[in-house]
Amino acid sequence: MDVFLQQIVNGLTLGSIYAIVALGYTMVYGIVQLINFAHGEVVMIGAMVALTVIGSLAGANTGMPPIVIVLAGIACAVPVCMVVGFTMERVAYRPLRGAPRLAPLITAIGISIILQHLAMLIWSRNPLSFPQIIPNPVFEIAGASITGVQIAIIGLSALMMLGLTALVYRTRLGVAMRATSENPQVAGLMGVNINRVISSTFVIGAGLGAVAGVMVGTYYGIAHYTMGALLGLKAFSAAVLGGIGNLAGAMLGGILLGLVEALGAGYIGEFTDLCHVSWISSGLAERCARDGHVVLMGSNYQDVFAFLVLIAVLVFRPSGLLGERVGDRA
Amino acid sequence: MAGKPMDVKVKIGIVLIALALAVLPFMLASVGTAWVRITNLAILFCLLSLGLNIVVGFAGLLDLGYIAFYGVGAYCYALLASPHFGLHLPFWIILPIGAGLACLFGVLLGAPTLKLRGDYLAIVTLGFGEIVRVFLNNLSQPVNITNGPQGITLIDPFKVDGFSFSKTETFLGLTFSGPIKYYYLLLLVLLVVIVVNVRLQDSRIGRAWVAIREDETAAQAMGINTRNVKLLAFAMGASFGGIAGGMFSAMQGFISPESFVLVESIMVLAMVVLGGMGNIWGVIAGAVLLSFVPEILRYTVEPLQKAAFGRLVIEPEVIRMLLFGLALVLMMLFRPAGLFPSKTRRREFAAGEQH
Repeated sequence: MDVFLQQIVNGLTLGSIYAIVALGYTMVYGIVQLINFAHGEVVMIGAMVALTVIGSLAGANTGMPPIVIVLAGIACAVPVCMVVGFTMERVAYRPLRGAPRLAPLITAIGISIILQHLAMLIWSRNPLSFPQIIPNPVFEIAGASITGVQIAIIGLSALMMLGLTALVYRTRLGVAMRATSENPQVAGLMGVNINRVISSTFVIGAGLGAVAGVMVGTYYGIAHYTMGALLGLKAFSAAVLGGIGNLAGAMLGGILLGLVEALGAGYIGEFTDLCHVSWISSGLAERCARDGHVVLMGSNYQDVFAFLVLIAVLVFRPSGLLGERVGDRA
Repeated sequence: MAGKPMDVKVKIGIVLIALALAVLPFMLASVGTAWVRITNLAILFCLLSLGLNIVVGFAGLLDLGYIAFYGVGAYCYALLASPHFGLHLPFWIILPIGAGLACLFGVLLGAPTLKLRGDYLAIVTLGFGEIVRVFLNNLSQPVNITNGPQGITLIDPFKVDGFSFSKTETFLGLTFSGPIKYYYLLLLVLLVVIVVNVRLQDSRIGRAWVAIREDETAAQAMGINTRNVKLLAFAMGASFGGIAGGMFSAMQGFISPESFVLVESIMVLAMVVLGGMGNIWGVIAGAVLLSFVPEILRYTVEPLQKAAFGRLVIEPEVIRMLLFGLALVLMMLFRPAGLFPSKTRRREFAAGEQH
């Protein structure tokens, strides 16, 4: 099996999920210049709701085909997450519009803690296994294997990205969104109902997040009440990498981050294998002769890559790959 | 204020508070030694909150990875004073090393990121905290440094010559147990840290921090080297965290990466926010309040639920976290400057609402 090609396939899958979550961050940031810290938690709730629905439908012997059950899970998760996103904006962010930047950031952290622990109360403290009912055929392409679920994730993500682009550039709501992100006051004077536009941004982002949650659950086969935190952080890194506030940037950043992570996890063991430099000491050479490898950092460091990418981007190109250079807004 | 002769009433008040703090551990010990330990942890959280207050409260930089510095200090102490490496250095050597190391980490993190805007900084510090945790968990391969998720055990207590802080001794008819000795030591350190904080607040540096917090561009125009001054805030906050971490290590005798997770960072942040960012006394009040809430919950909510439902429906731990989350949200919505706000901070938040 070709490791490189295999990790590209895995990276594309992971990257599509990151991209969809990153879109939620970037849309909200583009419009209200706010990092919606709790977006990762919305994704988690999406996964949990879908898990419950899929689990109970599959257990009830309704005779429904598996695809329909999963679609039903998504159909239930999306509205729930939309309500969560809408409420969040109304309760925690709207009253703080115009307050110092620190304030909405702190409420966002508070909201994410609350959502996490509510989810823990409702579902479980322990990781739940996500019902994997879709038949998952494995295809061999040029030495790498790709599963049906991976194809579905990549395809569905592409569809959603297309849909969102169409929404933003082809509809009245999209025009209103772009106007609001350009200048909320002027957009308001032009007759745009800013509050409604901001609400719909949160709702759309949350809906995308819900689907992403179902995809993560299906891909890893596991759901946990803390799963949103790390995923959210990585997706945010992806959004920053692409240039926050920029839709195409979020998609590009997500895919790139997924690839970096997968390739990093695949190769870090080889790169940090001390046996390449076994001449340093005779003890090391002995261990190499005995074990074959003395790996300094294994794939358990996978989670570190996203942050390293984030820090590198922020230091060398804070506006991201596709972002425009913007001045500081106080 | 410092130059004014103190009011007699204030003097009496200080003496009374000092007396109360002096006899407190014996009263708590008569209820149960557990309460002395809880109080010690509360003082430790006061130290941490005061450290974070320098970064978040004074300089207005949201640091979500603060617990990493605490972890660095704690691991520094644990590695240099435990059978893990067979090293048993005395604490007065390790604590400064720990503080220095945490300070170094603070500068390493701060130098590349401090030119970023506030919200980016928050995310980067959060990521930094995660990185430190991942390393603590995984640095047991191929050379065992941190002992991975199992953590480090049998850490030395503080010792001065023959006087160990872990032994129980009787002096003048009073029983000084280990936790009671640590209580006095922690109180002493807290006092020093408070004095340092108060002096910092009124100093040239302290005023520079506040200036940066209120308006960075204006501060720069007034000739403040914003980058260096922010870096200083980061380094100082980090070194306080490092000291607190070292003391935590010695007190507990056991540490593992589990103690240095994101939730702990958020807990310290909640203490700072609840008390009032930038107000030293408010922050201490916030830390004490939030340290005791979970314990009080444990002693009230558990029996109450068992009486009402016959079993534990909601664990006190969950209620605690929900309360933290709610505290963060409600404070920002209704009293953004904290329960006990500092004067300038209140003015700033009031001004912000007029935009």
